[in-house]
Amino acid sequence: MHSPYLRRRITNALAMLLSTLATLVGLAFLAWILWETLRQGISALNLKLFTKITAYGEDGGLANAMVGSLIINFVGIAIATPIGVLAGTWLAEYANRTKLGESIRFLNDILLSAPSIVMGLFVYTIIVLPSTALTHGSTTFSGFAGGVALALIALPVIVRTTDEMLRLVPATLREAALSLGVPQWKLTVQVLIRAARSGIVTGVLLALARISGETAPLLFTAFGNNFMAINPMEKMSSLPQIIYQYANDPGESMHALAWAGAFVITMFVLLLSLVSRLILSRSKVSHD
Amino acid sequence: MSIVSSTDILEQRTRRDARHERLFRWLLKGCALIVLAALLGAAGATLWGGREAFTTFGWHFLVSSEWDPGNDVYGALVPVYGTLVTSFIALLIAVPVSFGIALYLSEVAPAWLRTPVASAIELLAGIPSIIYGMWGLFIFAPFFAEHFKPWLTNNLGNKPDDGQLSWVAEHVPFIGKLFGSDYPFGASILVAGIVLAIMVIPFISSVMREVFQTVPTPLKESAYALGSSTWEVAWNIVLPYTRSAVIGGIFLGLGRALGETMAVTFVLGNSMRLSSSLLDPGTSIASAIANQFSEAVGLQKSALMALAFLLFVVTFIVLLIARLMLRRLASKEGR
Repeated sequence: MHSPYLRRRITNALAMLLSTLATLVGLAFLAWILWETLRQGISALNLKLFTKITAYGEDGGLANAMVGSLIINFVGIAIATPIGVLAGTWLAEYANRTKLGESIRFLNDILLSAPSIVMGLFVYTIIVLPSTALTHGSTTFSGFAGGVALALIALPVIVRTTDEMLRLVPATLREAALSLGVPQWKLTVQVLIRAARSGIVTGVLLALARISGETAPLLFTAFGNNFMAINPMEKMSSLPQIIYQYANDPGESMHALAWAGAFVITMFVLLLSLVSRLILSRSKVSHD
Repeated sequence: MSIVSSTDILEQRTRRDARHERLFRWLLKGCALIVLAALLGAAGATLWGGREAFTTFGWHFLVSSEWDPGNDVYGALVPVYGTLVTSFIALLIAVPVSFGIALYLSEVAPAWLRTPVASAIELLAGIPSIIYGMWGLFIFAPFFAEHFKPWLTNNLGNKPDDGQLSWVAEHVPFIGKLFGSDYPFGASILVAGIVLAIMVIPFISSVMREVFQTVPTPLKESAYALGSSTWEVAWNIVLPYTRSAVIGGIFLGLGRALGETMAVTFVLGNSMRLSSSLLDPGTSIASAIANQFSEAVGLQKSALMALAFLLFVVTFIVLLIARLMLRRLASKEGR
């Protein structure tokens, strides 16, 4: 065989080999991370995790952190969902191809990957500082502030999915409703959002998956609390925050607790992404 | 009579509908403006919080490597350096690997394998960053310290264990400094870069894969018909066609890497000392804030806010470039 052909074939074979290798490396790291989380997490699982609070230290569990995480995430989603769905609706139905609409869509994509720790500092400035000043220090950090910080992170995810899903709704549906004399707001609420419902729900689930592992924005907003806190106006613990704290602790048994927390979060996030994928594949619309 | 009243009712209803419509429109627009407010607010709040540091130190803040809470003197150089270098290392690793993955998934892999492998890689993107951090701290950093670090310090660094400089450290400039370290643990700028790379690979590779799929099939088939190999089609047809979006994807990854907090904080070692070695511990903007903000008061708090402002502005610009680049391909597609 002539040498130029040979060289090209070798180059090609090498490139194919390297690209396969790159994929294997990516998958290997995924497997490694998941495997360690499963192994260390399962070996640290026990009933105490769910019944005892973190005040007991290494003899305790993570009950208050789990409850805190649920409350903070709930507050975050409860704030971000209505705002996000309405904003996404505006982008898709009212401001599509207008200048302001396009710029907000564009900025929303930037907010999607903005550093979460800065969002935490933002909420610290607009909620924690004023509430400290107004209540003379009796309310400082709070689960509510943490929820707002998470809402800012969930918001762009929900806006984007709502926007995308509504734009997938066929125009004939809009025309049919408008031809019956339905006002546009009724069309939007009763026809379009209903048609795009499963997509919007997926967006909310994805947003929940995204925020339930967030740590950085909670450090200066919800802060942490070694006791059970139900009132969102109190300092509140959360799983990621307690993982951060325990993993940096020199004690080995604290590390085990941190792994257990990591295991719980990972399972929760993976379950969420699985469920949202199922919903999406059933409604047969594509999503990136 | 009855006709008049029914037009009245109709008119009333129209007016009511118009009113509701206006209200609804304003509500929606208000919600959309919250997105804008969040971005402006984050920039404004950190700038306002950091004003004291900016006015006290001026431009010196950006170039000073001093970070001394005892004397209340703060400079941004060490965390800025850590952020930039860790992100640079991350891209250095992640870009070729992501390109390989995207190439494999779009051209090399058998069709039945593509979807499961792509979903598995995307699963990596869904893992919370704190899990990466823990894995890095407890698993990867010790592994690195045991298996890779000795080799690097002995063969490339200027502080080998036996005191004998290797040929590379002696003859190649900078290399010795980059890999010289007498710090015994794994946590270091290099390890943080590697963990970051693993984090951003799924982002970059999924953007690359998506844009590779937008290349018109006739274009690729023409090249194949002329006798191109798979690699030549990828390098000479697919990559030039998608260049702007590929760069956009890389910048998207860079934006993630710059602002990442948890994954880095665990493996950076939290040292505010400037070191030329990649194997020494360091800090980044995000991890300095995470580590110090809750205990900081006065000027230190302001300096951390100022750092956050710098981080926000830099990531904003990087992400802006990313989105503009990505948009260019979308407009070529006529979307």
